[in-house]
Amino acid sequence: MRNNFSLSDAKKNAKSCVVATGILVTRFGTPGRRRFLDYLLGTTVLATLGAILYPIFRFISPPQIVEAAKNSVIAGKVGELAVNAGKIFKFGSKPGILVRTPTGDLKAFSAVCTHLECIVQYRSDTKQIWCACHNGQYNLNGQNIGGPPPRPLEEYAVNIRGDEIVVTKS
Amino acid sequence: MRAETIRAWLDERMAINSLAEAARHKEIPLHRQTVWYYFGGVTLFLFTVQVVTGILLLLYYRPSAENAFESVQFIMTEVKFGWLIRSVHSWSANLMIATLFIHMFSVYFLRAYRPPREMTWLSGVLLLFIAIGFGFSGYLLPWNKLAFFATKVGTEIAGVVPLVGRPVLRFLRGGDDVTGGTLTRFFGFHVAVLPAMATALITIHVLLVQLHGMSVPARYDEKSVKRMKFFPNFFLRDLIGWILAIGVLAALAALFPWELGEKADPFAPAPAGIKPEWYFIFMFQTLKFIPAKILIFDGEVIGILAFGLCGLLLFLVPFLDKSPVHPKRRLIFNLCGVLALLYIAVMTIVGYLT
Amino acid sequence: MNQQENESYKRQPSLISKAGLLLPRAVKRCCSLALISMAGLEGRLSAPVSQMNDSIHHQRGLSCNDCHGGDPTLEDERASMDPRKGYIARPQPAQVPAFCGKCHSDAYLMKKFNPALRVDQEQEYFTSMHGRLLQSGDQRVATCISCHGSHNIRSVSDALSSVYATNVAETCAKCHANADYMRGYQIPTDQYANYKTSVHARALYERQDVSAPTCNDCHGNHGATPPGVASVANVCGQCHARQSELFQSSPHKAVFDERQIGECIGCHSNHGIKQPGDQMLGVGSGAVCINCHKQGDTGYAVAAAMRSKIDDLSASIDRSNGILNRAERAGMEVSRPKFDMREAIDELTHARVLIHTSSTAEVEKVTGPGLDIAKKGYQAGVAALVERSYRRKGLAVSLFFILFLAALIYLKVREIESREAGGGLSSNEAA
Repeated sequence: MRNNFSLSDAKKNAKSCVVATGILVTRFGTPGRRRFLDYLLGTTVLATLGAILYPIFRFISPPQIVEAAKNSVIAGKVGELAVNAGKIFKFGSKPGILVRTPTGDLKAFSAVCTHLECIVQYRSDTKQIWCACHNGQYNLNGQNIGGPPPRPLEEYAVNIRGDEIVVTKS
Repeated sequence: MRAETIRAWLDERMAINSLAEAARHKEIPLHRQTVWYYFGGVTLFLFTVQVVTGILLLLYYRPSAENAFESVQFIMTEVKFGWLIRSVHSWSANLMIATLFIHMFSVYFLRAYRPPREMTWLSGVLLLFIAIGFGFSGYLLPWNKLAFFATKVGTEIAGVVPLVGRPVLRFLRGGDDVTGGTLTRFFGFHVAVLPAMATALITIHVLLVQLHGMSVPARYDEKSVKRMKFFPNFFLRDLIGWILAIGVLAALAALFPWELGEKADPFAPAPAGIKPEWYFIFMFQTLKFIPAKILIFDGEVIGILAFGLCGLLLFLVPFLDKSPVHPKRRLIFNLCGVLALLYIAVMTIVGYLT
Repeated sequence: MNQQENESYKRQPSLISKAGLLLPRAVKRCCSLALISMAGLEGRLSAPVSQMNDSIHHQRGLSCNDCHGGDPTLEDERASMDPRKGYIARPQPAQVPAFCGKCHSDAYLMKKFNPALRVDQEQEYFTSMHGRLLQSGDQRVATCISCHGSHNIRSVSDALSSVYATNVAETCAKCHANADYMRGYQIPTDQYANYKTSVHARALYERQDVSAPTCNDCHGNHGATPPGVASVANVCGQCHARQSELFQSSPHKAVFDERQIGECIGCHSNHGIKQPGDQMLGVGSGAVCINCHKQGDTGYAVAAAMRSKIDDLSASIDRSNGILNRAERAGMEVSRPKFDMREAIDELTHARVLIHTSSTAEVEKVTGPGLDIAKKGYQAGVAALVERSYRRKGLAVSLFFILFLAALIYLKVREIESREAGGGLSSNEAA
């Protein structure tokens, strides 16, 4: 995966440049010293070109993860979540919570409690989203209905694509 | 034998022999100020680096408010050598502005804009404005917090200009506010409009230089001054400069990778210490120092109009400084140049210290 | 008579004399007029009347006689303020609960003003220490008006009210922080001063979080009384639900109650509750466990073990954050592993809650996964630093070739020029 910028690499990548650089540096033949200088120059040009072209070559080859993160994220698979259950997923730099309500609907919210930024969880017994830190309660529309939270949780849009649950920030 | 045939075939169609002949006759005057001749070439080289790295970045960049930051983050983390390409692009942009300023001031002080080179100067000044446009539009593209607010402030300044200000602001922002629409717009300027204009102007600029040859400072005799062959003597020297520039870029990119910052949030309060790119600092600082009211006029408007006037004067330099050389006029022009340099330097330093 | 007054009155036509208490419309208007005219006077009644203007009672259309009784329809002042007509000039403290309770204990009547308002305040009051002392003849204790004010009573949701969340502590402190006044009651007077230093006061006053507890949230308001040692966990558990639940199922619950240690406050104190820290756990200095546990007993060992689990995780997180910060300062992009570290911090928070079980095994259930996450963060930091040194090595190699190439071209130029020197074409600039 990680190569050093070695001479052999450089040669492999830039053989086609031999002719061009050759013309540049070997136009004048004769004495041994000059020929040595030209030879050295040719090789170094190749090595430098290699050092420049190698990163570019690696840059254009497709990366392992082929796409940048977007404002939507795959929160899970359909069927992974039972009715009346919830799970935490990563949404960019913040956690989100995906809930399958008792009626089977999928809902997604920011999982950061609006009180002191603890991570909330779904409680299947009360059918509410609950923050364990100070007993904050939210209903399944994200409204703060009990405890200290001052604001509702931010709601995200949920879509099904194939068998994937896609959550999108509006 | 075969090479000869190909050459003859090409010469018939493209006149390459006469082009090579012309190149062979191209000469560079040698005197104590020859060193300044290199800066035009280095600027052109850095522009080429911008084109190459810019095209590479286009493979992964996504120009929308939702995806721009994430795609740049993706380039920095997931794409092999993405950090290198992006950092080189950013560093090279800044070095290019720096060499461009050096190039311009050297031409100014050596009075290389004298007839018949007025058009070369004009195209050069236009290229300076285009380079600044590149910098301003490119700064927003990663869609991070600092860039967002710098763009907000920058376009606001444009909006202060009487009469045309408001329409210009709306045109730049693509609406009343800096939004995702602004980003798309700036992207269009940065990768299509400005490159097209720059390519045309650079072609004109370089062709004009070939047409007139290098200007010899007035104090040397144009006929008797020593000369060096452009190819290979001067060209190889140019090449050394370019290779060293690559080295500097690689070192800057590897040791000081360009920061990404935090994703822009249009609803977040402006962070403290918003500063534009360094080449705007002196103007930014001036506008801060100007009192709110000068007589009955708005201080900011006066400042912006003054800078506009300076830009216009810069355009007209070859027409204001008419030959033959008049010692008094020459002194005034040199003084103006030195004062401008000092002003820019002092204001930039003050801007960074406060 | 202003327009608004008229309208607010018209909106409440049905309040008229349900219990023969409120007066007919015409009379009422007359009294309101009197109210306004007296407000302008320099008389004895100007203060209560002007105060009345800001009160919720005035906004709801009540007038002087609705509380004080009497008959405002009569021209003669003396006749209208005749005690035989129910007129009370100034109720004695012992009369106040009933004075307010005339309306506030009447569910039928209160429903017309505010259906959600409770009507058991008077009843509750007599369960409070204040009420019980009042019944036993103490005239110095707080009654309704001591906290709510008399003529200037505002709604509890009005930020200017003396019983608004941010004003409650000051209101209670008027008496409870006054050592002279409280002499004879044999209770401390430093609760207010302590409370002001507490984490709750900081939340309430600095963060303006009106959900943060003040006096009445733990002591009750009308039924104000200390909760009693065996009920403290229930009180704190209103907000700290999980901690309370864990504590009540722990072996500590029975022992604390038996020994009259006030549950939560046994370790956290009461009014001056500070932000808890890891130093409170374990057997070191600052640890509260060693107040009861001595070396050799099981609790001592458990305290030490739980502390070491939490210290391990905490140190591990610090180490990982440290290396990630170092990598970030070096210009590496590590926002993703930094995000993952949030999860470890979450586990640490969770572990700090789980110590209320007094069970090392429970704590370990979350510190274990936490340590794994922290370890991954550390590895990501190491990888970032390795990547940085890889970049530097790559740079060194490329710079070597670049500089070497520059030098060679320079030599080449000299070689060409030394050859051309014979031809006399070029200069010796290169030298």
